[in-house]
Amino acid sequence: MAILECRDLSKRYGAIQALDEVNLKIEPGRVIGLLGPNGSGKTTLLKLANGLLTPTGGEILIEGQKPGNESRSIVSYLPDRPYLAEWMKVSQLLDFFEDFYDDFDRDKATEMLLRLNIDDSMRIKEMSKGTREKAQLILVMSRKAQLYLLDEPIGGVDPATRDYILDTIIRNYNPDAAVIISTHLIADVEQVLDDVIFINQGKIVLQSSVDEIREEHGMSVDQYFREVFRC
Amino acid sequence: MEWKFRGDLPIYSQLVEQIKLGIVSGSFLPGERLASVRDMAAEAGVNPNTMQRALQELERDGMVYSQRTAGRFVTEDMRVIEHAKKQFAEEQIRGFLEAMGKLGYSRSEILTLLEEKEEQNGDT
Repeated sequence: MAILECRDLSKRYGAIQALDEVNLKIEPGRVIGLLGPNGSGKTTLLKLANGLLTPTGGEILIEGQKPGNESRSIVSYLPDRPYLAEWMKVSQLLDFFEDFYDDFDRDKATEMLLRLNIDDSMRIKEMSKGTREKAQLILVMSRKAQLYLLDEPIGGVDPATRDYILDTIIRNYNPDAAVIISTHLIADVEQVLDDVIFINQGKIVLQSSVDEIREEHGMSVDQYFREVFRC
Repeated sequence: MEWKFRGDLPIYSQLVEQIKLGIVSGSFLPGERLASVRDMAAEAGVNPNTMQRALQELERDGMVYSQRTAGRFVTEDMRVIEHAKKQFAEEQIRGFLEAMGKLGYSRSEILTLLEEKEEQNGDT
């Protein structure tokens, strides 16, 4: 069964059609890039998948079920903006994740944090932007989830942090799970992806594998994207 | 081992070439046990499924082999390695001859140039 499926999924905010009759199937075991320009509907799609928004038309299903408490236990979500409370200590965060998610591997998270010299007593507000991004990702990737939804995990970080983040994703995702990475920084993520989904103005323009695009068009996904979306 | 990828070719086929080159040039030794697919993927900065696909192709070519429980190993069959080495060499030569042809050199002129270069190198 598809881990995520959209059937004629639409989302409208007032006069703005953020998603327009999207049909999509995501199979487990793949790393998928959700690629599109700013405002194309990437974040809306991920929020719908996580049950933070409700569709205005059609439906979205996680393992055949509508998003809700049950799906949240198998979906690990990294929002596109900081979501950790500033005053919290690392130890409190670990408690928090442990309480909320049965699939959270505390030892794994602690070990990964220690390797970055982030110890238990450190507070979020004491961390640099890059360190925060890494800490958030570590928490999200330390769950043994069925579906990882990562919204712009490499937005606004330096190249070394970006490499660390991509390496962490590759080394830690559950191989039976699907990983969806939304980004507009295609060249940076292209190599770690199995498949790509191009989204523009709320519509899916293309769903293909990275190597199919390279084979068929003799160019990288990044170059191809620039052709498809030439302004 | 350093990994580099071009944009105009599939990633898996570039992995196949680079690992093969690694075997031929001794970065991977005959009989050496390879790291897990995931570790190799992370090291190369690629997707594990893509690395898996590349290793399967190398297996079909006889460059590596799997042992059910022990993992994956570089072939110990030197004929296979020599054969791959020769293919790389032929590819280099073909490219070289093509480039020289574009410059307008004939085969005999190329040979003369090569011999001259060889003598120069001998002097230094």
